[in-house]
Amino acid sequence: MKINTPLGDEILTLRAGDSVLLSGTIYTARDEAHLKMMEDGIPFDPEGAAIYHCGPVIQDDRIIAAGPTTSARMNRLTGFLLDAGIRCLIGKGGMSEDVAASLKGRGVYLAFTGGCAALAASHMKLAGVFYPDLGMAEAIWVIEVCDLPLVVGIDADGGDVFSRVNTRARERYDEWIHNRV
Amino acid sequence: MNAREEQTLRKAVSDATCACIHEAEVFLPPDVKAAIDVAYESEIDPVARGELANIRANIQEAERMNLPLCQDTGIAVIYMTVPHCYPLAEADLREAVCDGVRRATLSVPLRPNAVHPLSRQNSGDNIGAGLPPIHISEGPELTITVLPKGAGSENVSRIGMLLPSQVNEIPAFIVETVLLAGGRPCPPVVVGVGIGGTFDLAASLAKEALLLPIDSMDTYETEICTAINNLGIGPMGLGGSTTALAVKVKKAHCHTASLPVAVNIQCWACRRATRKVGA
Repeated sequence: MKINTPLGDEILTLRAGDSVLLSGTIYTARDEAHLKMMEDGIPFDPEGAAIYHCGPVIQDDRIIAAGPTTSARMNRLTGFLLDAGIRCLIGKGGMSEDVAASLKGRGVYLAFTGGCAALAASHMKLAGVFYPDLGMAEAIWVIEVCDLPLVVGIDADGGDVFSRVNTRARERYDEWIHNRV
Repeated sequence: MNAREEQTLRKAVSDATCACIHEAEVFLPPDVKAAIDVAYESEIDPVARGELANIRANIQEAERMNLPLCQDTGIAVIYMTVPHCYPLAEADLREAVCDGVRRATLSVPLRPNAVHPLSRQNSGDNIGAGLPPIHISEGPELTITVLPKGAGSENVSRIGMLLPSQVNEIPAFIVETVLLAGGRPCPPVVVGVGIGGTFDLAASLAKEALLLPIDSMDTYETEICTAINNLGIGPMGLGGSTTALAVKVKKAHCHTASLPVAVNIQCWACRRATRKVGA
């Protein structure tokens, strides 16, 4: 399924495990950008917007490498973004139960393959920057993406691939330990 | 040795460091690429196959564009072998390596990742107090090995000061480390393990284990790797049959009253490169 920013209610029908191709504008934000937006306000229109957990390598206004960073670091920093109208979080590794609960009925978490920075860059064009003083990794980069291949990690109905996989992994671990002794 | 010769040697060390970092950031070693291919071919879960297909496409794209595989270009962990009575002093070797890291930061390019631990101020050139870590040992030739280490996998690494009576529980500690990490370290991972030594030596061994080729494992390593893959965490934590590409273990003797076990997790981009200086 193809989806475009700004995102609307069409994302509410996506289900955990679905593949999507995302096009439009996305905004990178890591730990420092989240902290600054919390204090100073969001420097772009958050309605239907997509946040990308990413600290890219930029050279001469060109995106060199832009894969996702570990989203879990932003677990406690995300609620205010969803309250402001942001509909989509993109990253890797999944997010907490609290974030999954905040996404219910309003947004989705999309997973991009970690480490695939060269592949990501081939789908992207740089469109601007906020907070350049935070440095290359922590600034908010405005990026135009075309058909970025993503997997729905957490849907708007509480479905969460990561938590499903983690629960099963824990059961298998307990079973293995039990059988070893 | 006159000043001019000394300058030439320093330049050779800096050049080799810079070239080594470039190679490691752009080209994965053949054994790692082969392990990813095997994982792709054996995977049946469609989401996991998609993730591994992206990884393979990314490896090709990085090579084609001559650009870093991952935007987390890491901290350059450096290992050097230096011949006995080498004409450059250790401090000069270290400075030459730092020069190579600064040049690579601009030329590869690398993301400036080095910050002060408390102020979080970025130094801008990947150099700082104690960074990069440079491990020097004696060897027949002057060589430089670079292991660019990303933070996603480093952050889920663990060390356990186990009891001497817990030797049989070492595999469980290692597998549990991967379980707790879930999808965060960009699986399929390579698991470097250091068993024995002291608190710090175990951690060093775990990182050095990541330099070992992953095309073979002994029975102990295979048992642990199988247990990890049976967890079903899969590529990127989205489920699947390959969570670890390999487990590699290094050991050292330790105090009779202790059993340190360090687990250093490495993402699928198991980057490493070695160069002979002046070659």
